[in-house]
Amino acid sequence: MKYLYLFTILVLCVSFIKDRKRTMKGIKRGLKKFNKILPSYLVMLIIISLVLLVSQKFIVQYLGQKNIVLGTITGVIIGSVTMMPGFIAYPLAGILLKEGVPFIIIGGFVTSLMLVGVVTYPVEREYFGRRVTILRNVLGVFISLGIAIGIGFFYGEVF
Amino acid sequence: MKINKRKVNYLLFFIFTGFVGVSFALSFDPGMAIGKNFYIFAKDMALILPPAFVLIGLFEVWISREQIEKSFGKKSGFMKYIYAFALATTTVGGTFVAFPLANSLYHKGAGYEAVFTYVTAASLFMIPMSIMEASILGVKFTILRLGLSVPLIIVGANLLKIYLNKRSYRLPVVE
Repeated sequence: MKYLYLFTILVLCVSFIKDRKRTMKGIKRGLKKFNKILPSYLVMLIIISLVLLVSQKFIVQYLGQKNIVLGTITGVIIGSVTMMPGFIAYPLAGILLKEGVPFIIIGGFVTSLMLVGVVTYPVEREYFGRRVTILRNVLGVFISLGIAIGIGFFYGEVF
Repeated sequence: MKINKRKVNYLLFFIFTGFVGVSFALSFDPGMAIGKNFYIFAKDMALILPPAFVLIGLFEVWISREQIEKSFGKKSGFMKYIYAFALATTTVGGTFVAFPLANSLYHKGAGYEAVFTYVTAASLFMIPMSIMEASILGVKFTILRLGLSVPLIIVGANLLKIYLNKRSYRLPVVE
């Protein structure tokens, strides 16, 4: 975070020295974009905070199982529809691991959590359009499954 | 139509803020929990998004179409994946910042395969998150997750590219 600000300030300085007018134009353009997308981000945040309320209870309840096929699919589904910051997600994954939940299930959950964003739809749609957003997220589900199966394979949980 | 959608979104936000405010006043537990969840994400966004958008604006005025075509477009071979992954690992804020930047890259002449490699990698290759993951789930887990994702990301991005180019789809222009 600190580096983002340092980097931004540095870039702004260099840009200012090279061309003041252009820099102002760039700043204006960026802020205009920000202003335009802000309401979509706000709605996304509202959805996330509602989903996060129910999902934490669900996760421990439904992922705490040892049936690999069902568990992995459930993990990917729950990971897809919810979104949580790393400092909540990983300790949760740590608890699951201690309870003996296989890596393949945790892998499916963690990957789809980051990759598939049902809740980020309001923002993604604005930049990619509806069709691409849906396609990209469906593809993300398959990529998550692929990564989960690969992880399971290397931990000797599959076959 | 567009303006209406904005207004509806803002209205939703004000209703939400009101609900959370009332929840805190009456100590309504679920409402307070929702408010706290909102704060976790909103705090990060409020700090990251303004500088990120300023950088995107500067990117658009300074970087020429030729430069992007050369590194992320048709004129770039396999290197475009390297650039896409490099950009992804240095994107602070994950997909929230990657979406708008990906859109700008596309309109500057980046190919679909580079754009989607970038967005997908940006959500999976977040460095602070990966460090935390390795400390809790083990280094082996993190290496496997990242290693396995590279080929899948590239194949997935190319599938999307083939499909979208066939339909000559264009990403929306965001002013």
